[in-house]
Amino acid sequence: MHAPAPQPKKRLLRLRLNGRWREDAVAEKALLVDYLREVAHLTGVKTGCDGGECGACTVLVDGEAVPSCITLAVRCEGRDVETIEGLATQGRLNRLQRAFHEKLGTQCGFCTPGMIMAAEALLRRNPTPSDVEIRTALSGNLCRCTGYVKIIESVKAAAETTS
Amino acid sequence: MTAAPIVEGKLARRGVPLIDGVEKVTGRARYTADLDHADALVGRILRSPVSHGEIIRLDVSKARALAGVAAVVTGDDCPHTYGVLPIAMNEYPLARGRVRYRGEPVAAVAAIDEETAERALQLIELEVKELPAYYTSETARAPDAVLLHDDKPGNLERDVHHQFGDVAQGFASADLVREELFSCAEINHAQIEPHASLSEFDPLTGRLTVQTVSQVGYYLHLMIAQCLEMDSSRIRVIKPFIGGGFGARVEALNFEIVTALLAKAAAGKVMMQLSREETFITHRARPQTDIKLKLGMSKTGRITACECHVVQRGGAYAGYGIITILYAGALLQGLYDIPAVKYDGYRVYANLPPCGAMRGHGSVDTRHAFENLLDRMARELGLDPFAVRRANLLQAPTRTMNDLVVNSYGLAECLDRVERASGWRERLGKLPPSKGLGMACSHYVSGAAKPIHRTGEPHALVNLRLDFDGGVTALTGAADIGQGSSTMVAIAVAETLDISLDRIRVIAADTAITPKDNGAYSSRITFMVGNAAIDAAKNLKTILVKAAAKKLEASPEDIECGEVFRVGKGDQSSLPFADVVAAALVDEGAITVKGSFTCPPDFHGGKHRGGAVGSTMGFSYAAQVVEVSVDDATGLITVEKVWVALDCGHAINPLAVEGQIEGSVWMGMGQAMCEETRYLEGLPAHASFLEYRMPTMAESPPIEVQIVESHDPYGPFGAKEASEGALAGFPPALVNAIANAIGIDLNELPVTPDRVVEALIQRRRQAKLAKTKAAS
Repeated sequence: MHAPAPQPKKRLLRLRLNGRWREDAVAEKALLVDYLREVAHLTGVKTGCDGGECGACTVLVDGEAVPSCITLAVRCEGRDVETIEGLATQGRLNRLQRAFHEKLGTQCGFCTPGMIMAAEALLRRNPTPSDVEIRTALSGNLCRCTGYVKIIESVKAAAETTS
Repeated sequence: MTAAPIVEGKLARRGVPLIDGVEKVTGRARYTADLDHADALVGRILRSPVSHGEIIRLDVSKARALAGVAAVVTGDDCPHTYGVLPIAMNEYPLARGRVRYRGEPVAAVAAIDEETAERALQLIELEVKELPAYYTSETARAPDAVLLHDDKPGNLERDVHHQFGDVAQGFASADLVREELFSCAEINHAQIEPHASLSEFDPLTGRLTVQTVSQVGYYLHLMIAQCLEMDSSRIRVIKPFIGGGFGARVEALNFEIVTALLAKAAAGKVMMQLSREETFITHRARPQTDIKLKLGMSKTGRITACECHVVQRGGAYAGYGIITILYAGALLQGLYDIPAVKYDGYRVYANLPPCGAMRGHGSVDTRHAFENLLDRMARELGLDPFAVRRANLLQAPTRTMNDLVVNSYGLAECLDRVERASGWRERLGKLPPSKGLGMACSHYVSGAAKPIHRTGEPHALVNLRLDFDGGVTALTGAADIGQGSSTMVAIAVAETLDISLDRIRVIAADTAITPKDNGAYSSRITFMVGNAAIDAAKNLKTILVKAAAKKLEASPEDIECGEVFRVGKGDQSSLPFADVVAAALVDEGAITVKGSFTCPPDFHGGKHRGGAVGSTMGFSYAAQVVEVSVDDATGLITVEKVWVALDCGHAINPLAVEGQIEGSVWMGMGQAMCEETRYLEGLPAHASFLEYRMPTMAESPPIEVQIVESHDPYGPFGAKEASEGALAGFPPALVNAIANAIGIDLNELPVTPDRVVEALIQRRRQAKLAKTKAAS
């Protein structure tokens, strides 16, 4: 009989997730994406690649778009983490969510949460981005369905919306 | 045969958002990896480290003995092959006796966590005696090559030889005959969701539930029954949300069967999530293809004959191979009027991951060669590229020489639209240096008129259910994989009944609940399932109209259906939908109706061997213009803009049609510009999104879409497919635009900067040589 694999060392992580503070014991080597999906059950955060290639796992850390699949969970100690699940408030879609829905910025939907979070970071930083600024800001987020045309239209439509 | 009446759509002329769109933008949509699997075992696959060899020893005893390992399975656990065509099922879910490509599944484990599963894989002892491996069609076909499959001499999976019309006479009558060689790299679907499968076997009831990424659930269901030796009534296959398909998930895939084997062996629940690298290795995409194409043309641009020789490197197993090599030849026809066609196709086995179906299945690479050569010959004859296409248009309805039926044909209008939109006439030849315009046409089937598995069942079936709540539930086996097929079903039902779209809910692709459907492939859903949905809605309408007529004391012919049922013009009596439903339920209870669609035998293609492939009731047609800039120092190509027009018969949901056209054009652009799978001695060197380069948003052009509606006589509301037809036009339009920009013809895909630079250097060298010769 071979011995089971050793258990990884854990640490207490305190962070503000979608506006609410919480504490969890997480492995030191745990990636943010795994923490969000498996511990916090926020499965809107997607894994599309083997690390840092596709942007599907994009979340906001202190308002900045970050690939959660190459970020250690423990690096978010005391920080503000936002995922797609935190965008819709009081039963209303956020302006990007509404635009992606109405303009068909989403087809299969797998890249959508990461794409919307990356766009959210862009609009907070630059409320009226040009086409080129949108293309540059979202170039780390791959989509295989749309050819990006309607994603760009969605981001522009959201930028023109006030709320 | 009489034409079905065209029903004019009302609801969706501007298009409606996807009925499951809110789920997607909120992150609530659950894909396979998102399903609850807290109590599931972790599945992992041990893959062959060599490209070709005999398995001498496979010892899993140490892995089995590891604490936390619930099951280990090998080829011994499944002596049954699976595959697509009954005549070509030559693949085991886990290799037995022999491995034929690097990465082929050999054994699998289910353990309590990832670490234990990984550790168990390391404890498996595998000894393989290597055999010669072949990575090109040429080496695999060499006379002394070791056979991958003993029953396939020459490592040929299938050779196809078709001839229609008098080819020799066609070439003899031509004013210009040209022949060129083209080579197109192997590419991959690269859908963003990695493969995943969740299987649960309940040892108490003997039932197996599989939730997986399949585009064709019923077929996976049957393959699992076959491989696990289970009664198929004990199996249920459910499609969760799917993160893209593009053909990757049309076949039953090895990991899906392996996960089911593990679940049964472990008597529990197993979650298998493949890495991106493993997802690439699972493959089943577009094969590397060599094409020798010869065309004859008259001075006026009429095509007089076509001779095409195609070799596809198919990988280690059959998969869809026979269909792919047949499509490559069959779809030489159906786009233009060609009086003579000869086709020789060869599908070759090689020690690489198996190829399969990918968007534009079989048609893309030959169309690339065809549209390229057509342009070059037009140039030589001093003809405009548009004029050459117009000189060869079909007249619908017609039947091609290989018995493909063309019922509606909007190509002429597609040509007019993109010519005008792109300013072709005003701008061609007047662009600044290194900028160019190119164009090409393409087409694709709206589903295969003769299905692969001939059971005598209808091609599509939709059930509608209406109960006390007044909601209409549509049950369809058709897998929505992001293309919007469930939304299309909802629109078809709502428009037929003239009721609110909100009243409809669609339940799709669950083999315990929804009627069997042939699946999401060959762009069949809108045409076939759309027609079945309309048929079902008409049947429901008859019941409701009868109930309303009785209640309103009117004749059924005078009743107008809708959210409020009314007695015909002038009469004020009416009944809200809920009251009509209540009236219809009296004595009968909940209503269930069925609608179906069948392609009549008349459309099933030719009687020649393989003649069913390519047959369809409705071809989509597309034309596109591509504008490029070429940096002649770096070879970098920038696509400035694309204008595309697609004849989809009728756009049931114009918003979704636009999305499909944009996506397919862009996918053609990826193949044309940068996508390529590469293997080093069989080892995938492309198996990440960094190595397998698809265009990012920064490199992707604006795509201006025009929808052409030719109102197909048999399509639902006149509709045809819209998801694949435009793809094949992009690569040749791009290469034609590069020729227009810098005067260089490229024969290889993708047209990477190094290939452009190489061609430019060669041209300079030749010019220098000519100059030296002239001087001496």
